[in-house]
Amino acid sequence: MEVFLSGPLRDAVGGLASIEVEAETIRELLTRLTDRYPKLEAHLEDGIAVAIDGTIYRDSWETPIPEHSEVYLLPRIAGG
Amino acid sequence: MGDKKYTGQDFKVVGTRVKRPDGIDKVTGRARYGADMNAPGQLVSLMLRSPHAHARIIKIDTSKAEKLKGVKAVVTAKDLPDLTNGNTGLFDTLENCMARDRALYDGHAVAAVAAIDKTIAKQALKLIKVTYEKLPHVTDVDEALLPSAPVIQPRYAKDGQPGNFMSQGEFGHGDIEKGFAEADVIVERSYKTGQTHQGYIEPHACLASVSPDGTGELWVTTQGHFSYRNTCAQLLGMDIAKLKVTSSEIGGGFGGKTHVWMEPIALALSRKANRPVKMVMSREEVFRASGPTCSTSMEIKIGAKKDGTIVAARAECRYMGGAFPGIWGTLGGMTAFACYNIPNNKAIGVNVLCNRPKVAAYRAPSAPMMAFGVESTIDQLAKELRIDPVELRLKNVAREGTLAPYGPVWGPIGIEPTLQAVRDHPHMRAKLGKNQGRGVACGFWFNIGGQTCSDLNIGQDGSVNLTVGTVDVGGARASLALIAAEELGISYDHVKVNIGDTSSLGHNDTTEGSRGTFSSGMAAIFAARDAVEILKARAAKMWQIPPEAVTWEDGHAKAVGAEHGNLPPLSLKEIAAKAGNTGGPIAGHHEATADGAGVSFASHIVDVEVDPETGKTQILRYTVVQDAGKAIHPDYVEGQFQGAAAQGIGWALNEEYIYGDDGRLQNAGFLDYRIPVCSDLPSIDTKILEIPNPGHPYGIRGVGETSIVPPLGAIGNAVSNAVGVRMYQVPMSPPRILKALDDAAADEVA
Repeated sequence: MEVFLSGPLRDAVGGLASIEVEAETIRELLTRLTDRYPKLEAHLEDGIAVAIDGTIYRDSWETPIPEHSEVYLLPRIAGG
Repeated sequence: MGDKKYTGQDFKVVGTRVKRPDGIDKVTGRARYGADMNAPGQLVSLMLRSPHAHARIIKIDTSKAEKLKGVKAVVTAKDLPDLTNGNTGLFDTLENCMARDRALYDGHAVAAVAAIDKTIAKQALKLIKVTYEKLPHVTDVDEALLPSAPVIQPRYAKDGQPGNFMSQGEFGHGDIEKGFAEADVIVERSYKTGQTHQGYIEPHACLASVSPDGTGELWVTTQGHFSYRNTCAQLLGMDIAKLKVTSSEIGGGFGGKTHVWMEPIALALSRKANRPVKMVMSREEVFRASGPTCSTSMEIKIGAKKDGTIVAARAECRYMGGAFPGIWGTLGGMTAFACYNIPNNKAIGVNVLCNRPKVAAYRAPSAPMMAFGVESTIDQLAKELRIDPVELRLKNVAREGTLAPYGPVWGPIGIEPTLQAVRDHPHMRAKLGKNQGRGVACGFWFNIGGQTCSDLNIGQDGSVNLTVGTVDVGGARASLALIAAEELGISYDHVKVNIGDTSSLGHNDTTEGSRGTFSSGMAAIFAARDAVEILKARAAKMWQIPPEAVTWEDGHAKAVGAEHGNLPPLSLKEIAAKAGNTGGPIAGHHEATADGAGVSFASHIVDVEVDPETGKTQILRYTVVQDAGKAIHPDYVEGQFQGAAAQGIGWALNEEYIYGDDGRLQNAGFLDYRIPVCSDLPSIDTKILEIPNPGHPYGIRGVGETSIVPPLGAIGNAVSNAVGVRMYQVPMSPPRILKALDDAAADEVA
C-alpha cells in the first residue's frame, strides 16, 4: 500500500510524501516504517496517529488495514 | 458515501434534558474543589518565583528559611534529581515545575516552602536568598526568531535555524504556485493574536501526602488524574501504583489543567516534611506560572476565480509556545483550511520559544488563531469579488469526500449544514443600525478518543453505579448516566456516575480533546452491555431455562420461544434482588482505546456595535451553529457552545497578556486582564445540528472545543464591517480600534 505522510513526519523519511509498504495492521506498518526510517522512532515516542480511510487511530495498533485503504501518518493530536 | 448505520437511532432517554446530578452540590457550596480538602497536621506551602524574565541562578541560600520556627521543609531543584531517563518532554515538565540552572520566565518557580501556617510560609520565602545573573530576554514571537534574540533553550537549538525555532508542521496538497497563477483575485494579509489565559475560575490547588513507606495520595483539581499520577510518580521516583490521585470537582480547565504545574513540588515537600502539604496558587501565580495559550503572528494568502472558486491558499503562522517546545504550530497548520475544499493549499505552523510561561492547550488549541487570519481574509476576498461572504464560504465548503488539508478524506461532516443554517437563520435578516456590523466565521476541531476504562455495578435494589476515569469537566456525569440508563432500559434517576480515583480503574487518558462523553460514553455502552449479558444469564438461572432463551428489552429479561415465552418478564430490579443466590454481584466492565472520534465544525454569526468615540465594542447578538453528532444532553451541549463563544468573545475583544520591556507580566489579575462578565454578553443563541459520527455507537462527536474557533474571525469581520476599517490584530481592544480608525483617517487625508 502507499502510506502518505504529513507535516513534520516527512522530515524523518527524507522529505518523502508517501512510502510503499506492505502491512496488515497498524503495528506492522509502524514496525516496518521504523525499520526503514529509524528517525521515525522519535515521533513514535512523542505519539503518532494513523488515519485509515478517514478514521484517525491514536493508539489501537492492532487495527487491521484493509486492502486498498487510504492510509495517512499524522502527528498525534492533543486538545483542551 | 459514508457509514449511515448510526443515523436515525430511536432513543428513549438519550437526548432528553434531565436535571444535572451535580447541581445542588455546586449551588450550595457542598461540592469539594481542589482547595476544599484538608488533612490532620497539614502544612501550608508557598512558592518563591523568579522576578526576572531570564536569569542564571548562581546560588540559592535556604539556610535562614529552614531555621525559621514552623518551617518544616524547603525544596529547590536540588531536591528534584533528574529521573527522566532521557525523556525530553518529562525533563521539560521537571524544569518547568522548578527552575534548575536558569529561570526562564517571570514567575518561574525557584524554591518552595512548607510551614505550619501561611504567615510563617510567607516569612520563610523572604528569608530565601537567590543570587541571579540577569540574562537578555525576548517575549515577542517574531523578535524571538531574529538572529539577535537570546537563545532560550540551547539544548533544542538546530543548525541553520534561528535559536528559538523549534519545529514546524507543513500541511496541504496541490500546487499552490500554479493555483495562485490561475487566480483572478488574490488577497494577502498579516495578522497577530495576543496571548490569552483560559481564565478558569478555580486556581490550581492540591493536597499532597507522602508516607515514609513510599506510598502517597494526591487530591487535586485536574482534567486528568491518571496523567498527573504518572507524571508525578516518574518525576519523584515513586511506583505508579503506590500514588493514589483523586480528582476534585473542577472549576474550569479548558486545557489548562491537563499538565502538572506545582503538584510534584507539593509531593516533594510532603515527602521531605513527612506531613500532608496543601498548595493553592494565587490568581497572580495562575497567570504568571500556569499554561496560557500561544500568541501568534501570521500571513494568509487566498486566491480565487472571478466566480468565487477558491483555487489556492497559503498560511504561515508562528506560535509562541513559551519557554518549552510544544506542538501548537503543528495543530494550527492542520486546522487552517479544514472548512474548505481548496485544490491547492499549504499551511505552515511554526513552533517558537519565548521567555513566557510554558503554553498549555486552550479549547481547540491553535485553531482560533489560524481561523482569525483565514476567516478575515475570506471576508476581504468576498468583498473584492462582490460576493456575499456566506455564499463564498458555501461555494468552497468541504463536504463528505473532500480531501482534508492534513491528509484523510472527510467522512460525513457538518460544515455545509452549519453554513446553510447560518444563511437561513433569522439573525442574518435582522436590521443593523449606525456603528453596527455583522460578521460570520467558521471553525473546525478534530476531537480525540483515547484510553478509557469503566466499571458498572448493579446494587441489590437495582440502582446502578457507573465509575469512569475521565474527569467531568463539562457535564459528562449527566450524559453518561443517560447512556447507561438507555442501554439498561432503566430510569436516569437510578444511575449514579462517579469519577473513580487512580487506584480503582485502569488508566484513563486525560479529559481533553472533547473526549469525555465520546470515550467514556463508549465504555459505558459496552460495560452496560456486558452487565446485560450477566443479567440475562441470572434470569435464566432464576427461571431454570437455557441462557440463550433469554433476551433483554426495556429493562427486563424476557424468555422467548414456544417453551418459555409465557414466563412473565423479570425486571432488572428483580434480578438484582436475587443476585446473591444466582452467582453474586452483577457488574459490567469495559476497557479499550476509544478510536473513531468524529471531527466537528461550527459557524457563528455575531452583531456588534462599536462606539467611535471610545473604541468600545458591545456584542449585540450572537448565534452559534455547531454539529454535535448525537446530542446526549442538549442543555449541556448548548452550554458548551455558549461557554466557548463567551471565551472567544473575551479573546477577541479584551484579553491579552501584556509584558513590559523588563519581560515581566504587567496584568496578572482579573482587574487588568479582563474576561467577559455578564454585562458584556448577550444571551447566546444556539442551534444544534446532529450529523452522527460513524465512529461511535450513538453517533457522538465531541462538542466542547469547536465553538471557540470562529469567534475571533466572526467578531473581527463584524467590527471591521461596523467601523469600515479592517482589524488585523486580536484583541480588538478600544485603544487598538481607535488607533485603526485614526490611522485610516490619516491615510485618507494623505
